[in-house]
Amino acid sequence: MMTRKRTNPMEYREGMEIIDSDMMEKILEMLGNYDYQKYTDEDVKLALLKEHLSIDDFGAILSPAAMPYLENMAKKAVSETRNHFGNGVSLFTPLYISNYCENHCIYCGFNCKNKIRRGKLSVEEMEIELKAIAKTGLKEILILTGESRHQSGVSYIGEAVKLAGKYFSTIGIEIYPLNSDEYAYLHECGADFVSVYQETYNINKYEQVHLSGSKRVFPYRFYSQERALLGGMRGVSFGSLLGLDDFRKDAFAAGLHAFLIQQKYPHAEIGFSTPRLRPFINNADNNPNDVHEKQLLQVMLAYRLFMPYAGITISTRERAGFRDNVIGMVATKISGGVSVGIGGHNLEEKGDEQFEISDPRSVSEVHQMIITKGLQPVYSDYIRV
Amino acid sequence: MNDQLVIGKHSFKSRFILGSGKFSLEIMKAVVENGGAEIITLALRRANLGGEENILDHIPKNVTLLPNTSGARTAAEAVRIARLGREIHCGNFVKVEVIRDSKYLMPDNYETIKATEILAKDGFVVLPYMYPDLNVARSLVDAGAAAVMPLASPIGSNRGLSTKDFIQILVDEIDLPIIVDAGIGRPSQACEAMEMGVDAVMCNTAVATAKNIPLMAKAFGQAIEAGRNAYLAGLGRILNDAAEASSPLTGFLED
Repeated sequence: MMTRKRTNPMEYREGMEIIDSDMMEKILEMLGNYDYQKYTDEDVKLALLKEHLSIDDFGAILSPAAMPYLENMAKKAVSETRNHFGNGVSLFTPLYISNYCENHCIYCGFNCKNKIRRGKLSVEEMEIELKAIAKTGLKEILILTGESRHQSGVSYIGEAVKLAGKYFSTIGIEIYPLNSDEYAYLHECGADFVSVYQETYNINKYEQVHLSGSKRVFPYRFYSQERALLGGMRGVSFGSLLGLDDFRKDAFAAGLHAFLIQQKYPHAEIGFSTPRLRPFINNADNNPNDVHEKQLLQVMLAYRLFMPYAGITISTRERAGFRDNVIGMVATKISGGVSVGIGGHNLEEKGDEQFEISDPRSVSEVHQMIITKGLQPVYSDYIRV
Repeated sequence: MNDQLVIGKHSFKSRFILGSGKFSLEIMKAVVENGGAEIITLALRRANLGGEENILDHIPKNVTLLPNTSGARTAAEAVRIARLGREIHCGNFVKVEVIRDSKYLMPDNYETIKATEILAKDGFVVLPYMYPDLNVARSLVDAGAAAVMPLASPIGSNRGLSTKDFIQILVDEIDLPIIVDAGIGRPSQACEAMEMGVDAVMCNTAVATAKNIPLMAKAFGQAIEAGRNAYLAGLGRILNDAAEASSPLTGFLED
């Protein structure tokens, strides 16, 4: 069999904007020096006594040494979340408008080699879906696409954003990385928040799992948040796909990434997501890639304690019992009425789903759950000016 | 005793300004009544007119709304948000909040002055939230502010009067109501601020994070009233810095 020559993941491709920043080098260096095995009980206890955690404290509470202290971390997290966000929990839902993809990412259901049903919404179909979602009372929407500049170009996404602006006050996008002028265009159309997940910050692993497509270019993806902010976006979100590689290192890197972005762009609203690959086999061996619920919670707690002002979204990949218990403690945003296929809110699905969701509850069911927990569902928390 | 808080042309009996938006809307009425608050702040970004969980639907009608411009990063944005508030019938009061820092939420004094000037000219009763700096406070007076709202500590920190000395300077020098905003963590701190001669105290997180929120609102209301009375009564000499001399220091003066 002929082996195809793979491209260098550190080389930008034509048309990809290069910005003047050394943040990637900084983070990769700090990540290289992060040895979570060196932390002890004492390091964790000391970190938990502090009001403001240093980067090293963050490293400590993400380490295996912190596992026996999850309860202490949770207690501290509850009070940080309350102080910064009160008892409000924001509600939103994603809308997948296209699942065409030109990347070959071996872990993803949308990847271009997968023979799934592809589809994208026409402008009319978008409006039907947006109306159906708006009827649930939601005011915040996250527009998602697969990564195909041909099938879902920037102007196509722009149309979706403009339409969404008719029904929603807060619009986020989770699409492929763009140049700053393209982010500026989508911002003009009505989008204010951008989520891009690096998946893994280990370049070697990144190269192994992103075999082809633009996503293979590590630095271009890495600098997405900066380009989004340069394009005028108000907030950016970070995350690693936990379990793809050593989750502690990846969580550490995503935390640093967010921290340094906030320092450089103090106005930027910072958010985290913590998607995980579930452990495939339920073995008790200590595989650094295994992210069970305990480890997932540890990551969320570590983000909350390190950056108490950051928003944290709890994924619909997690079961209801987990989601219900992390809101108010760490998570500040939760989705409801989720469909991860193309269409599916009112229309029949035109394309297959990216992953299976574990929490099928409607917006009103999630709303009720939030109330039952003594928390306040928040639909509107943003004014576009 | 007819001791009233006067902001612009409006008078209030209560000197407790209640923050909203950090506790469940269903207890709003109880919190307002328990605290005896006559002014309540709300983030306009939380207004969801005609929609689910609209904060405006929960605020008692006899309370004066003090909409804030949170979310604004520039004077221009604050002005636009304030005008939106007026369009949705939130009244003429506005608390100007201009924040360009997502970590500490520190107000941007420079942009705040600019927004205050524009909004005051536009007929708003403007209460700017600011970092306590005397020069800035003087500029806010010139810009047409109706009161000045210095922070006691960073928002949500519950740390109390970290900026006490600087707030005292504002109390002594600025001829507008001084309303301490942000950072007050417990009723005793609110009381202390009132003893200093501050005109009113605004509280949000400290009330919202209490186990019994309406009861804590009551405690704040009482503490603020006690502090005000102490200020009016004049603190006793035991608290004065200069000790009482046994013989008069000025006895050498001739008639």
